Amino acid sequence: MDPECSQLLPALCAVLADPRQPMADDTCLEKLLDWFKTITEAGSSLLLLQENPCLVELLCHVLKPQDLSSRVLSFSLRLTGVFAAQEDCFQYLQQGELLPRLFGEAGPLGGAAWTAPTVRSGWIQGLRSLAQHPSALHFLADCGAVDTIFSLQGDSSLFVASAAGQLLVHILSLSMRGLAEGPPGLQADDWPPCAQKIVGHIEESLRSTATPQITQALNVLTTTFSHCHDPWTQVLWVRLHPLVAALLEKDPVPAAHSLVDLLLSVARSPGLSSSSCGLWETLAQTVSHLSPTQAGLLALGILKLQDCPQALRAQAFAVLLQPLACVLKATAQGPGPSGLLDSTAADSVTADMLPPSKAACVGLLCRTLAHLELLLPLPQRPCPWPQVPLLGAAVTLLQLCGGSGSPASDAGRQLCALLLGCVRVQRAALDFLGTLSQETGPPELVTQVFAVLLEYLRSPDSSPTVLKKAFQATFRWLLSSPRTPGCSDLDSDAVLFLRELLPVLQKRLCSPCWEVRDSSLEFLTQMTRRWGGQAGFRHALLASEVPRLTEQLLRDPESYVRASAVTAMGQLSSQGLCVPSAGPEHPGGQQKSLLGELLHILSADSEGFPRRAVMQVFTQWLRDSHADVVGDTEQFVAGVLQVAGQDLDWEVRAQGLELALVFLEQTLGLSRSHCPYAVTPPVAAPAGPLTQALQSLCRVRLFEFAFRALFDCDRPVAQKSCDLLLLLRAKTASSSSLQEPRSSPDVASVEAALQRWRAGDQAQPLGDLEPEVVLAVLRSMDLEGLRGALAESSDHVEKSPQSLLQDMLATVGIRGENEADCY
Amino acid sequence: MKLYCLSGHPTLPCNVLKFKSTTIMLDCGLDMTSTLNFLPLPLVQSPRLSNLPGWSLKDGSAFLDKELKECSGHVFVDSVPEFCLPETELIDLSTVDVILISNYHCMMALPYITEHTGFTGTVYATEPTVQIGRLLMEELVNFIERVPKAQSASLWKNKDIQRLLPSPLKDAVEVSTWRRCYTMQEVNSALSKIQLVGYSQKIELFGAVQVTPLSSGYALGSSNWIIQSHYEKVSYVSGSSLLTTHPQPMDQASLKNSDVLILTGLTQIPTANPDGMVGEFCSNLALTVRNGGNVLVPCYPSGVIYDLLECLYQYIDSAGLSNIPFYFISPVANSSLEFSQIFAEWLCHNKQTKVYLPEPPFPHAELIQTNKLKHYPSLHGDFSSDFRQPCVVFTGHPSLRFGDVVHFMELWGKSSLNTVIFTEPDFSYLEALAPYQPLAMKCIYCPIDTRLNFIQVSKLLKEVQPLHVVCPEQYTQPPPAQSHRMDLMIDCQPPAMSYRRAEVLALPFKRRYEKIEIMPELADALVPMEIKPGISLATVSAVLHTKDNKHVLQPPPRPAQPSGGKKRKRASEDIPDCKVLKPLLSGSIPVEQFVQTLEKHGFSDIKVEDTAKGHIVLLQEAETLIQIEEDSTHIICDNDEMLRVRLRDLVLKFLQKF
Repeated sequence: MDPECSQLLPALCAVLADPRQPMADDTCLEKLLDWFKTITEAGSSLLLLQENPCLVELLCHVLKPQDLSSRVLSFSLRLTGVFAAQEDCFQYLQQGELLPRLFGEAGPLGGAAWTAPTVRSGWIQGLRSLAQHPSALHFLADCGAVDTIFSLQGDSSLFVASAAGQLLVHILSLSMRGLAEGPPGLQADDWPPCAQKIVGHIEESLRSTATPQITQALNVLTTTFSHCHDPWTQVLWVRLHPLVAALLEKDPVPAAHSLVDLLLSVARSPGLSSSSCGLWETLAQTVSHLSPTQAGLLALGILKLQDCPQALRAQAFAVLLQPLACVLKATAQGPGPSGLLDSTAADSVTADMLPPSKAACVGLLCRTLAHLELLLPLPQRPCPWPQVPLLGAAVTLLQLCGGSGSPASDAGRQLCALLLGCVRVQRAALDFLGTLSQETGPPELVTQVFAVLLEYLRSPDSSPTVLKKAFQATFRWLLSSPRTPGCSDLDSDAVLFLRELLPVLQKRLCSPCWEVRDSSLEFLTQMTRRWGGQAGFRHALLASEVPRLTEQLLRDPESYVRASAVTAMGQLSSQGLCVPSAGPEHPGGQQKSLLGELLHILSADSEGFPRRAVMQVFTQWLRDSHADVVGDTEQFVAGVLQVAGQDLDWEVRAQGLELALVFLEQTLGLSRSHCPYAVTPPVAAPAGPLTQALQSLCRVRLFEFAFRALFDCDRPVAQKSCDLLLLLRAKTASSSSLQEPRSSPDVASVEAALQRWRAGDQAQPLGDLEPEVVLAVLRSMDLEGLRGALAESSDHVEKSPQSLLQDMLATVGIRGENEADCY
Repeated sequence: MKLYCLSGHPTLPCNVLKFKSTTIMLDCGLDMTSTLNFLPLPLVQSPRLSNLPGWSLKDGSAFLDKELKECSGHVFVDSVPEFCLPETELIDLSTVDVILISNYHCMMALPYITEHTGFTGTVYATEPTVQIGRLLMEELVNFIERVPKAQSASLWKNKDIQRLLPSPLKDAVEVSTWRRCYTMQEVNSALSKIQLVGYSQKIELFGAVQVTPLSSGYALGSSNWIIQSHYEKVSYVSGSSLLTTHPQPMDQASLKNSDVLILTGLTQIPTANPDGMVGEFCSNLALTVRNGGNVLVPCYPSGVIYDLLECLYQYIDSAGLSNIPFYFISPVANSSLEFSQIFAEWLCHNKQTKVYLPEPPFPHAELIQTNKLKHYPSLHGDFSSDFRQPCVVFTGHPSLRFGDVVHFMELWGKSSLNTVIFTEPDFSYLEALAPYQPLAMKCIYCPIDTRLNFIQVSKLLKEVQPLHVVCPEQYTQPPPAQSHRMDLMIDCQPPAMSYRRAEVLALPFKRRYEKIEIMPELADALVPMEIKPGISLATVSAVLHTKDNKHVLQPPPRPAQPSGGKKRKRASEDIPDCKVLKPLLSGSIPVEQFVQTLEKHGFSDIKVEDTAKGHIVLLQEAETLIQIEEDSTHIICDNDEMLRVRLRDLVLKFLQKF
């Protein structure tokens, strides 16, 4: 500890020990504790206590009967634990009887302070830090802490209860670590007393009839098996396994959720050889005993396991598929298997296996869909994957929800009434359908998929979120539709679909609901980016009103929509899909070019999103050498930088630097591939001599923009500018033609101006700069130093322990006045 | 209690309820779908329509070619459009005491009933209902009268000929009762029989029943009705809405505890959600106008149009449509827009509060002020000089058979840039469009029907819990086109009773009580005796006096003083003999205790059997049977009077006497 802090510490301890000066802000206490942890991790705690007697005094003081705040008490308990984690310090504190007084019956445990959850939590965390060595185990046994921890498992505060469970696991693991000769036998006598006590308690809880107790025991075991992988855990499982299995015989199975967690954590534990301890049998039993709503998560967990017997996987998969099999069965036109389950399992499925209440049924279906969606991309997913029936089920669900399904059976009709218009199922099924696009399906089913997607896109009743998902799913299915290898074009069916889709898109672009307009534009952008160069797509799009409607949305009242319209128009224009507007809005008026329109948005739009979008479009245009830009690139860049430099939104300014960087790279003839294996494209135009390039940069006033950004009050902007200037300096360093004496009057005046800028006075412009002057200024600046300073987090100065101590002392003095601000 | 069902149209009901001594007609809706069988009436001579080929029978006989014309495979009657009236033969309509009107759409048949059936009663309706109803009738009469048609086809109605016609003419029902439109004079006369009422106002009918209108939330002044006596309550729910649109919200609480709830006027398009449809309407409108096309909205001059204008008011600026003119053309356009602003007390809370600011409750006032919305009585006159395209036109009639809409269909039908958007749910849009085929114009169907859907009905029924529900038969099964949609029907317990046109239903409850007043002096003379805590009884001798459906118990006339032979004899004839009455018995016999008592008194071998009405106690040894029922006890024994009296006394021990 540095001497400054040592000096402040006694005063701080005095403040903490004074009940008349309560700490208002416990985040300081957390920071203080963190600081002590770092100190003790680096050095000896004993030494620390000896050098700073005020700390022990504080801990002793806390024990006196007084009105001390529960926060400080909790803090002291945790601090003691941090110190006592080292065995020599533990002994030192033991000598002073401090530990039993703090953690034993005589301490806060018996007092009024114990009613505060924060004190109980501090007690547990203190013990958790302290329990690191064998002496601690003896101490725990002597002071009877373990029994208290047992009771705290059922604490009213969830944090305390959960921490108590974790502490038990920690103590169990610590006491088992002490065993010299391998894992213990199954006999209780072989186990260390402390471990035996805990395991005995778990056994007792598992035999209990009260569900909360069973849940606590299962949670402790779950944590044990997920964190400890030593050989003794296998013995523990063999010992407890019969009790866990016995839970399955109860009806209903108690604490099913915790049981599932436990079994999965056992199955995942590398310390256990699953085949030898009957785990697979228990899992199989559990899967068959639990109700479909409870078994789904377990089934998913089983299917994610790497080395699981095939039969169990099949069983789990059947459980996972069962709700969808019920749906298919309920809506099947005729008898016969749906193909989702094998014939024996399929026969036992009936439609009434789905919960009769709407909430339960919807919940089950959504979970099932989500589980299957998670499973699909995994390498260990079941094989063969029932793609066709799953597609069928997703389509059926969507039809039922949308009201277009026509089930023949009563069960189907009931299901239809339950799911009709259910947005949750619609969203889940659309997500799932989108994920299924990774695989193919028979053409007639794919036709059905597109039909149901179109139905959703068309339906006036589709909620905005459902519509967004429908757009996403449609895009994914369109992506997957070309089946010719190596060909990215849309196939003819997809083009036909597009002809039906575009009128829908047109209508959606005119929706009174802005979310709908927004997601329609995003969808259009995605499609154009992907197929903008493809003849079928171009033809269909140009024949529709979509480009013109998109152009009109640049003037939408909602800023998000304007931003999306900017992006979409940028994309359309890049692909040459823009149509000059001749709508009723501009009767006879002068037609604005898109570039002009976007520049207008950049300079005049009151919201940040559209302006950011414009900057992104411009950057992309510059990168792609867009026709509107190539004509007079310098004028374009100069204009954009001038507007962007004055923007109040830092993201716009940062994006301006990105544009500047692209221009700089193009001017200097740098290739921009970050990937070392990428093929470097041939540079379009060979870069002219460096002087010419720099003159071009000067003409567009790139330096003025970059220097201004260097002193930007928003750190990301300054960082970006710093990087840009560093790159420029590196690229020009090698060139000797521009070496000029540093001390010309121009250089001095620019440096002086930059000094003023740095101080915050950015009123004065730099004026026209010469390349030589710029380079000289660049060389003289400490850009590396600036980059280092910017890389520090903004509070690095205030983060020192000394300032923490000072702050804490200072706040005590003024606490009374601004109590309300503490939250 | 009986219900006579005169209309088969679930949203244009006409029922007659006989309740106590009153005959009450509930609504008199006019089914105008019959006009779809007729050719449109063009305002301006239409060469296309006048040159349509006549229709001839398969055998080539062409005697109908003057009456029937063929257009794109459909056959239409070339005549003045006619309407399908409510049934007039099922019940003598001159006996109807009152007519209760629930909303302005459900009174369009009123002149036919009040002017041609000998009706002498009163019609009750709220003020906005009458005023807007008058506008609708005025518009209808105007539409039809301003295009006089010489011809009135009747040959085709001959039953033998009708059989030979193609569908849908062949299947048209009751064509012989179809009538031409009424005149303005008949309208005025009919409306003069209306008495205005306010929500929750109680109206006594002959002292027998009380009727009360309640807000139904569907349209300006729309009402449901409560018809109740002292002990019975019938609710009539017609055209109600739970959505927040412009009218006052629906009063549900007052419908509770009904014996019978008659439920009509649910949404005609249960699968279309009004919010989604309004969105659809706006999108398609904007899409068309942005492409330089015109939008035609066939509509009624009141109702949904107010909500549509309000939506557009919020939408047009954001959609960049501020320069597009909106035209509202109807002979009553001006009155409709102005009336809507003055009925503040009938509007929803939000709109009511605006009036105090003071601001017009509907934003269409601002649209008119800023010249964005212009209204004209007809397309002749000012309109033709102001007309600018592209534009949006709201005009009637939604059937597309008469009114200015016919002209716009002819004018704009040829261009695919234009769009007709159907928002009124009353007519099938495909049938409405049939005489305009082939049509290049785009057609969009976004029916906006804010009336209750089946989910709302099931919630409503759970809430108000009527003992019985009566509804049109269409509501008791899913629509034929969507037979799997079990959710599109009324689901309640006990199942709803259904009715169809020309059916008479006996409503399933018996009247059991009647309120009778007791004169104070008679009440004074009563001597109540408490037979159970809280229940006292007294015997009363009085004369029941009934007048104007009110019943009063009056003290009996005093017996005349005995004063001589002849007179005395006559007096004894007048006054009923007051015999010494046996005490009255009350209470019930607890069977188990009764059996114990019997055993105590020496009877053995006792068996008890339960019957539908009570118990039979069998004394097998004595060959005697005691029948105990709710209101009688019989002792059947074989000529053993002693035994009977003993048993009777045992029975009497359990009963109270007074």
